Amino acid sequence: MAEATLRIFRGDSQGGAQAEYRVPVAPGMVVLDALHYVQAHHAPDLALRWNCKAGKCGSCSAEVNGRPRLTCKTRMDALPAGEPITIVPMKSFPVIRDLVTDVSWNYKVNRKIPPFQPRPGVEWKYSQEDADRVQEFRKCIECFLCQDVCHVLREHGKHEAFGGPRFFVRVAGLEMHPLDGANRARLLKEELGIGLCNITKCCTEVCPEEIHITDNAIIPLKERVVDEFYDPLVKIGRAIFGKRDG
Amino acid sequence: MTDKFETHEHDVLVIGAGGAGLRAAIEALGQGARVGVVCKSLLGKAHTVMAEGGIAAAMCNVDAADDWRTHFRDTMRGGKLLNNWRMAQLHAQEAPDRVRELERWGALFDRTQEGQILQRAFGGHTFKRLCHVGDRTGLEMIRTLQDHGVQMGFDVYMECTVARLLKEGARVAGALAYWREQGRFVLFKAKAVVIATGGIGKAWRVTSNSWEYTGDGMALAYEAGAELMDMEFVQFHPTGMVWPPGVQGLLVTEAVRGEGGVLRNQRGERFMEKYDAKKMELATRDVVARAIYTEVREGRGTEHGGAFLDISHKPAEYVKRKLPSMYHQFKELADVDITAGPMEVGPTCHYMMGGIRVEAETAQTSLPGLFAAGEAAAGLHGANRLGGNSLSDLLVFGRRAGLAAAQYAKSAAAPAIASADVEAAERAALEPFQRGEGENPYTLHRDLQVLMQNLVGIFRTKEDLEEALGELEKLKSRCARVSVEGSRLFNPGWHLALELQSMLTIAEAVTKSAQMREESRGAHSRIDFPKTDAAWGKKNILVQREGSAMTLREQATAALPPELEQILAEEK
Repeated sequence: MAEATLRIFRGDSQGGAQAEYRVPVAPGMVVLDALHYVQAHHAPDLALRWNCKAGKCGSCSAEVNGRPRLTCKTRMDALPAGEPITIVPMKSFPVIRDLVTDVSWNYKVNRKIPPFQPRPGVEWKYSQEDADRVQEFRKCIECFLCQDVCHVLREHGKHEAFGGPRFFVRVAGLEMHPLDGANRARLLKEELGIGLCNITKCCTEVCPEEIHITDNAIIPLKERVVDEFYDPLVKIGRAIFGKRDG
Repeated sequence: MTDKFETHEHDVLVIGAGGAGLRAAIEALGQGARVGVVCKSLLGKAHTVMAEGGIAAAMCNVDAADDWRTHFRDTMRGGKLLNNWRMAQLHAQEAPDRVRELERWGALFDRTQEGQILQRAFGGHTFKRLCHVGDRTGLEMIRTLQDHGVQMGFDVYMECTVARLLKEGARVAGALAYWREQGRFVLFKAKAVVIATGGIGKAWRVTSNSWEYTGDGMALAYEAGAELMDMEFVQFHPTGMVWPPGVQGLLVTEAVRGEGGVLRNQRGERFMEKYDAKKMELATRDVVARAIYTEVREGRGTEHGGAFLDISHKPAEYVKRKLPSMYHQFKELADVDITAGPMEVGPTCHYMMGGIRVEAETAQTSLPGLFAAGEAAAGLHGANRLGGNSLSDLLVFGRRAGLAAAQYAKSAAAPAIASADVEAAERAALEPFQRGEGENPYTLHRDLQVLMQNLVGIFRTKEDLEEALGELEKLKSRCARVSVEGSRLFNPGWHLALELQSMLTIAEAVTKSAQMREESRGAHSRIDFPKTDAAWGKKNILVQREGSAMTLREQATAALPPELEQILAEEK
């Protein structure tokens, strides 16, 4: 049976180093299978997160050969044969241990977002076409790979000022919900710092759910912010009629 | 004495953050209770995210002839009449309101032409009944509940595992847990505790269940003295992936058959004609699972030991829209394009019909202060669960458990827990670190999975079950010698060592119950007792701890009131 060499980060918040393990390769094997083999045979305390092993829960995120990926969907036979495979934790979040990072910041950002608010007296009907647009955003499995790759967080560490692609997707799902009546433009501008995104589309490239994060979520939301805060007609309208939707 | 532990006090402590736990927490919060939710994973990762096909509820958006009575009858018939009839009635009556509520909290279901919630056909359901979002209904449900609950303001303790329930006299009054991250212990004091921890699928080798499914909640309740019920009824879903090896067991949603997928054997025969000519591929799961298993055993299986499931006669765009995650799953993990050719599928351990015995109205267990809902609880599904009835179960009985727990907490005194009990629980959880060279937890887990797969699977015999009990005894003594390496900092080997105890307890309950029930009914198939026995149809098996011994007894099922008898008798 063929073998692969894995170089896995072992360490904690104080630092660490890559350790090398040999793993037999079976047909159709994914990187998470290889990590489980290492746990069962070489390093029972190897820390990693996983739940469904089916690409549905978004738990097993890591950086494989330098690219943010779900390890449960990364086939061993799709990686260069004969070369060691490096597996390190997501860089945008603090390491807890081995491949496990502290992603609690994401949950804090999420709390800032006002929930779905149906318009008063709304009839609970809408077309599939209207649903489709939002269902794309609702596919998000919160793997946080988009947050990991986003340079605003990864390179510049602006976690305090910026919400990150995941939460623009969440806000887009609320703002474009056919029955929602809330306005989250101020939140996007001031709390989530959407202006910091310069649409390099790195997030879209790594999304395992193939959500068009930049084109379908971020750009339309940026337009909303512009309309709300910089459009002279809106400004005049607001002066005369008051602010729309509270 | 207990000062040495990080301590939190709640009116209601919910263990588990899947659909049932989150719905319970939301309801208890609405009652004004102070609510804490403890979960083993990050919030939003619970097994509910894997639910694909839909939520069964007689909304009548697609089939106007549907009503709660028909849903009730389908559920009872699917469960081979062993269901708790009151639970089946409440479930059928309340499910539509629970779905509408999700929509009001922001869930986006697929729509009909008229703009209402779309419903699809599923096995054992007379009408098109499953409200769905493509094939990712569970994700939509958990995200909706999670965001709604967080906004309402429950405290969530993520990546925190409960090691033991703590009591004050007969009453459950809290729990000792450990933070997975740091390995430190945390004490929860609570007036009421709701268990919503799901099932036990990880005790089998071929399973659709995630790592969390280790029977913790059932074992916690059992150790505390609560009764378990119907433990012999383990559902094997007919269609899991069979190839490649790494994905064996991964779920292939019943929605494939609901959308028109057909099953064939190696010879190209639509074999369901032999097993259920009327319902064909949409027969109940127990029937389809046995059919596939039998085809394979008799030499008509596919190359990798399964059956072919084919949806490629439908337009490719339709398949991609209605079954997107199946399309990607097969393309990425098995190099199969399901719009162009068949999938290979076989049975996979999927769901536990049995669990903690509860009262229908309140979800209260046999212990004061302890409630249970969802897969961890027994009763609704009887001997076999219909697809789609799980998500509705989580909502209906999650809500009822949260409501009853909050009401119980209102009149309950503040809990007092003896520090000696807490310290004993802590010592027990740390034991694996005290042992030197011992058993490897991963090896032991694998051995348990192989044992349950081979001896307590779809078809059972007296000899196999006896052998299984003997082997389980050996595993239990090996488990007492499990040792772990490394520190308490996020150490999966240690976590597994503790979960193994739960799995072994529940595996024993399953095996002993399966041995006692000398008939075949629903998901429980005895080769040596192949017929359904009317006398057994009026009895549940209860499991309870007495000292260190596991005891079993029969209990007569409650008689149906005449108006429900009437519904069951009607043909439709």
